[in-house]
Amino acid sequence: MPNKPIRVLIAKPGLDGHDRGARLVTLALRDAGFEVIYPGLHQTVPKIVETALQEDVDVIGLSILSGAHLPIAEKLMNELRAAGMDDKLVIVGGNIPEQDIPALKALGVAGVFPSSSRFEEIVAFIQSNVADKVP
Amino acid sequence: MADKIRDVILESGIPVKPVYGPEDLSGIDPAQDIGKPGEFPFTRGIHPLMYRQRPFTMRQYAGFGMPHETNQRFKFLIENGQNALNVAFDLPTQMGLDSSDPLAEGEVGRVGMAVDTLADMEVAFAGIPIDQISVSLTINAVAAPIMAMYFVVAEKQGVPLNQVRGTAQNDILKEYIGRGAWIFPVEPAVRLIGDTIEFCARNAPKYYPVSVCGYHIRESGANPVQEIAYAYAIAKEYIRRGLGRGLGIDEFAGQISFNLDIYGNFFEQIAKFRAARRLWARIMKDEFGAQNPSTMMMKMIAGGGGGGLTIEQPENNIVRGAYYALISALSGTQTMALCSYDEAYTIPTEKAALISLRTMQILIEEMGIADTVDPLGGSYYVESLTSEFEKRISAEIQRVDDEWGGIVEAVSGGIVQGEVARQAYRFEKGIQDGSIPKVGVNRFRMEEEQRDVALHPYDPKQAEESIRRTAEVIAARDAGTVESALQKVRDAAANGHNTMPALIEAVRAYATIGEITKTLKEVFGEYAEQVKL
Repeated sequence: MPNKPIRVLIAKPGLDGHDRGARLVTLALRDAGFEVIYPGLHQTVPKIVETALQEDVDVIGLSILSGAHLPIAEKLMNELRAAGMDDKLVIVGGNIPEQDIPALKALGVAGVFPSSSRFEEIVAFIQSNVADKVP
Repeated sequence: MADKIRDVILESGIPVKPVYGPEDLSGIDPAQDIGKPGEFPFTRGIHPLMYRQRPFTMRQYAGFGMPHETNQRFKFLIENGQNALNVAFDLPTQMGLDSSDPLAEGEVGRVGMAVDTLADMEVAFAGIPIDQISVSLTINAVAAPIMAMYFVVAEKQGVPLNQVRGTAQNDILKEYIGRGAWIFPVEPAVRLIGDTIEFCARNAPKYYPVSVCGYHIRESGANPVQEIAYAYAIAKEYIRRGLGRGLGIDEFAGQISFNLDIYGNFFEQIAKFRAARRLWARIMKDEFGAQNPSTMMMKMIAGGGGGGLTIEQPENNIVRGAYYALISALSGTQTMALCSYDEAYTIPTEKAALISLRTMQILIEEMGIADTVDPLGGSYYVESLTSEFEKRISAEIQRVDDEWGGIVEAVSGGIVQGEVARQAYRFEKGIQDGSIPKVGVNRFRMEEEQRDVALHPYDPKQAEESIRRTAEVIAARDAGTVESALQKVRDAAANGHNTMPALIEAVRAYATIGEITKTLKEVFGEYAEQVKL
């Protein structure tokens, strides 16, 4: 059975407009063979959930540099649960202090990749975690 | 057999020889191309005596939380010898949202000061002599109404409009390329910049209405040649808008300044700034027919950028900052700023901001950097590299015009953004595979390092405080005056009249930034981002 490529939504939630990281990860994941959707800046959480549903993605990657990662991740996880989409793998990247990583994971974020994370780590993490979900 | 010499190619794609000599100056005319400091084409600096006469201005970016906290940080920086301010606004303010807007949730006062109304600006600048301290407002999409607030604050402090000094960032085209704080579609957004340029030229001639930012373009990943080329393409567009208002080139173009970035190769940056100064003088004289030498002078803030700082071994960033400051001074900057060493983690703490300020003070007080003008002038390597930079920047500007249909077209369609993202990706791959050295990242890495950085705290209660303050202001203002002022803003926007007089009237009536932005959106619409990756 041919494998379907893994589909990833890279999302920049909120008002922060620094998207160098989001664009880098988009290009790196594409090079790794994933199908990546990057719809641009200023996405609201409901919009992210809607795009994830329409595009039938396996992974949602949030890129946040403003420091608002905890409230935004919490909101996203709640809305995904409400929409019955908590099977999506959620990862968070950006300016994330080490001490906030446990809190993000407690919210249901699967992986956290602070600025300067290596592309290969992100790729390997997605490959192993999305594969896990395929029966 | 001799060891093989490694190849050196700068980030801008320029190869570097192991040795430079007189033959490398053969295409350079010392009088025409280098000249004297303070004379066309200003390669060596825009003033004859540079820092010997007047040291560079030190202007750290600051502002957070509530206006009274920002006011305290400003006073702290001034007490410690800083002679200019650079105001950071929070994201809701930058996006034209009031603190009470649902989209502002979690962001009020986080990355800068929250401003809803004139009352907030009055608090932020209370007790700060704005006739003596040069204030820079880092604001773009809503620069026009924030400038209007600043002008009213100045007036209330007794400084008449024609005496107001300072700078607004007010460069919207770069927001679409990097930084992302855009609201309106490209065309009306650029038209608002035309309004501010025209208004200042006619009413506030000492004010610098636009600071064109190569800085954020480079922070988004552009190489140094692209940084200057795209900034110049943008600046030329704003200048055409000013000319379109019937202004003469010498009436306004000298009040457009530049905000440029420093990180990466030491000599590459210095050559970049020297070439940029020369090229700008030539563009202004040859393309725009400027007569006044001041119009031809490229005035800049050249600041050490966050793009060069690392999360790894953060104290190393203090050392990087010192080199960036040295680059800035050797490049003949007018104003200097440095990202703080904790930038990759947090809004700079007071301690980190102070170290950055002291870094610049040590440079100018102890190191003799102010003793003589352009000490690298005449260097075989630096002059040769400067000439090569000028050629490459010119060629890239040409590409924007010839291949991409001009900067407005290229930005609207996401072409520049894609170009910059691909450059950023090549660079990042170089860092990750180690071909571009970075200490602490791919050289001398320490796996179990302690990252001992204090984080700047964020207090969610300040949103409530801001909402309450603004509610009080709204309760106390005259609703009819506000409504009629907003109607004038709407009419001016729709009829193509200069919006600044109406904006001044609206902010004076304590209209909120959200109300003003909503009014402008009704006329202009909103930008629909084009992502081309």
